[in-house]
Amino acid sequence: MTNETACVQLQPKEYKSGVKPVWCPGCGDFGVLGSITKALSGLQIQPENAAVISGIGCSSRMPTYLSTYGFHGVHGRALALATGLKVARPDLTVIATGGDGDGFSIGGNHFLHTCRRNPDMTYIVMDNQVYGMTKGQASPTTGPNWEKGKLTPGGTGINPFQPLVIALASGANFIARTSSSDSNGTARVIMDAINHPGFSLVQILSPCVTFRPEQRDWKHMLVPSPKEPTSDPAQAARRLLRDHGLYTGILYVGERSVYQPKLEPGISGIEEFEEEFRL
Amino acid sequence: MNRQNLSIALTGSGGSGVMTTGNMLLEAAAQAGWYGVMGRSAGPQIRGGEAAALLRVSSEPIESPDDNFDLVLAIDPGSFGRFVAEIPLRTDSLIISDAEGGRRSSSLPETPARLVDLPMKKLAKTVKGGRPNMIALGAVTKVIGLPEASIYSILEKLLKSKGADALEASWACVQAGFAAGADLPKVTGPSTNTESTQERWSITGNEAAGLGAVRGGIRFVAAYPITPATEVLEWLAGSLPRVGGVLVQAEDELASINQIIGASFGGTPSLTATSGPGLALMTESIGLAVCSEVPAVVLDVMRCGPSTGIATKSEQSDLSIALNGLHGDAPHLVLAPTSVTDCVFTTQWAVHLAESLQTAAIVLSDQSLGQTRAIVNRPADIAFMARRQVPERFEEDYYRYAVGDSGVSPMSIPGQAGGQYTADGLEHNEAGAPSSLSEDHFAQLEKRERKINGFDYGEHWADLEGSGETAVITWGSTSGPVREALSRLREQGEDIRLIAIRLLAPERPVEMAAALEGVKRLLVVEQSHSKQFHRYLRAAYDLQAEVRVLNRPGPLPFRPNEIIEQLNYWDEGNGNEGAMT
Repeated sequence: MTNETACVQLQPKEYKSGVKPVWCPGCGDFGVLGSITKALSGLQIQPENAAVISGIGCSSRMPTYLSTYGFHGVHGRALALATGLKVARPDLTVIATGGDGDGFSIGGNHFLHTCRRNPDMTYIVMDNQVYGMTKGQASPTTGPNWEKGKLTPGGTGINPFQPLVIALASGANFIARTSSSDSNGTARVIMDAINHPGFSLVQILSPCVTFRPEQRDWKHMLVPSPKEPTSDPAQAARRLLRDHGLYTGILYVGERSVYQPKLEPGISGIEEFEEEFRL
Repeated sequence: MNRQNLSIALTGSGGSGVMTTGNMLLEAAAQAGWYGVMGRSAGPQIRGGEAAALLRVSSEPIESPDDNFDLVLAIDPGSFGRFVAEIPLRTDSLIISDAEGGRRSSSLPETPARLVDLPMKKLAKTVKGGRPNMIALGAVTKVIGLPEASIYSILEKLLKSKGADALEASWACVQAGFAAGADLPKVTGPSTNTESTQERWSITGNEAAGLGAVRGGIRFVAAYPITPATEVLEWLAGSLPRVGGVLVQAEDELASINQIIGASFGGTPSLTATSGPGLALMTESIGLAVCSEVPAVVLDVMRCGPSTGIATKSEQSDLSIALNGLHGDAPHLVLAPTSVTDCVFTTQWAVHLAESLQTAAIVLSDQSLGQTRAIVNRPADIAFMARRQVPERFEEDYYRYAVGDSGVSPMSIPGQAGGQYTADGLEHNEAGAPSSLSEDHFAQLEKRERKINGFDYGEHWADLEGSGETAVITWGSTSGPVREALSRLREQGEDIRLIAIRLLAPERPVEMAAALEGVKRLLVVEQSHSKQFHRYLRAAYDLQAEVRVLNRPGPLPFRPNEIIEQLNYWDEGNGNEGAMT
């Protein structure tokens, strides 16, 4: 089902659907949308050969704004939808997008097991440490002392989830962190993530200017990792546990084999199944 | 029809090999030219506990348990005691038991049946590596008059993986069983018929559903193990790769349902199988398949609920959640096979319908269909295949959810240039963009309802038989005993109508009105404590006849004579009080 249109260079803007985003002015997700279109253009992936899959949340609206195929499913299940699609259609470039609540709370089990299974796809998480769509509750990556969440007025009192450490322990094959304000840098990392075989996680710190306005300062706090990416999980673990979530760049590049069952018929016809039942 | 029948129960502790023995007996019966069914009943333990193989063999095709059992072979008395309610006996039934068979000697429960003792444990000890269940196999073969010659080849076939020593020990035990059985009272089975040229199969309902799925075009399955659906998934895991398909073991049922929706979005007909607890977890995403119009088939092999319920035993109590469990207005398909063989047809048809109508189909099988092995005539070939409307070329603006007369809009597949859209669980406009406008919501609700209600399902919506003024209406596994009851009454010259519904949703009001034309009395038969089927019928159809309900929860199956008694009770002018079980 590959297309036969002539190869013309597709510009980033041609990867946009033209549907107007629901995001607040200043939302970090605008930058991520730009980075995704730059990455797709950079790799010259035909829009019909890419599928962007998401769950629920502000950032999960992403597929609608792209000119690729897309699926905006239910809350927390983006990686399951994406896994089914990728296994059945290994020819497609499959990208899952979403937020910290969708991916690490309600979708936590799928996050663990998709890292473990290691299908060849890229998971872009726009992490803003808050539930924005429901107007400002603490998320799994919110720090313990944030007191503005209306469900947790005194702060959650519990330590935040560390997605990159967990991803590493669960078997993700490529781990990166970027800032939504660095549009070109993020685009380059997404390109590398797509190109790398297996399950690639890109955590993009993407400020929620409405409910976490202090996150505007992230652009001053985030620093490029001083180290080259490692392929040693133990070394990666030490670094990730020590970097306070503030180092950006590609942090781990694994070498695990990719999960992709063969889809070639082993026999000629279904009639042969009858043999096992025939007396 | 002069049906010759024999019902045999084999009981023992879990791991005592009663299922193996039962399968061998069924195979020997098949070789003797008989038809048969073997149901399974078990306690909750993985190993240990108690287990029963419930066989019925017949000279004619059968799909129901009989009224009671002719023969019980109890490897130990204690295990049999756990199944007294499930194994009804007559005064002339025969129980062969081993007083010393249990770890602790325990006595048999009170029973009207004849008793004989067979020291199976002691006899097995005379053979190195011998086991009481093989003594039982030999003895039963003798008691019911099966040809001894076939047993060795069956042992060879079914014990292939266990090695030469096990085969030798088993055969020695079977021979000891033959000798011991020669002195026991005889229980006559059907006469041997090896002349028939009819092609027959040995298949379980779970295998049949798997076969129907693959025949219908299913090539992607996501699976999370759950009793009693696991065998469907295990069969598909081995079978799909042979036809270019694949099964993925998922991390939970939420993943299973979403993986199949993802694969189906990619153009591959997809299915998952589960039981009640899994179906409950999946309901949110089944609604996603409905809203995003992505075909998906969910097979629910029902067991006793609510909650974990009785995982190993059958009940028809997921009907309400299958029909009404989705939030919002979410028209979808609900189907139910009416026999083990029909699991092939109904599952295949469900795939065809889900694909044609771009929606979710829930197929309600149950433990008693799924885990019953049946010797049946080869199921008929059916032409129904997955046939999804896919656009061949694209106009300037492709509207994935275009509102047309049929309600089915051509669905582009990733890879097709010009067909890009975002499938969405958010309400959307015709192009697929999210919309909160009332007019878009209304138009899409209408579209999704119209495509399902307006489709021509033909005659398959129900099995209809007879033409009398009294009708019995039922569904699923309960159809078996009802069908047999009515067939017995027909032999006595009484014409009672049968309506066994295969397509439970959408409702078929015109067809149902025709089926009920002239019916004055309607007996509803279902295996649900809260009468879910009766409530459904009341809500969905105009029932003008006088209605009574014969219902009870699982796991006890209905037996044909109960249905006949209920009809006779009504016939004799008795009131409704006390009519319900």
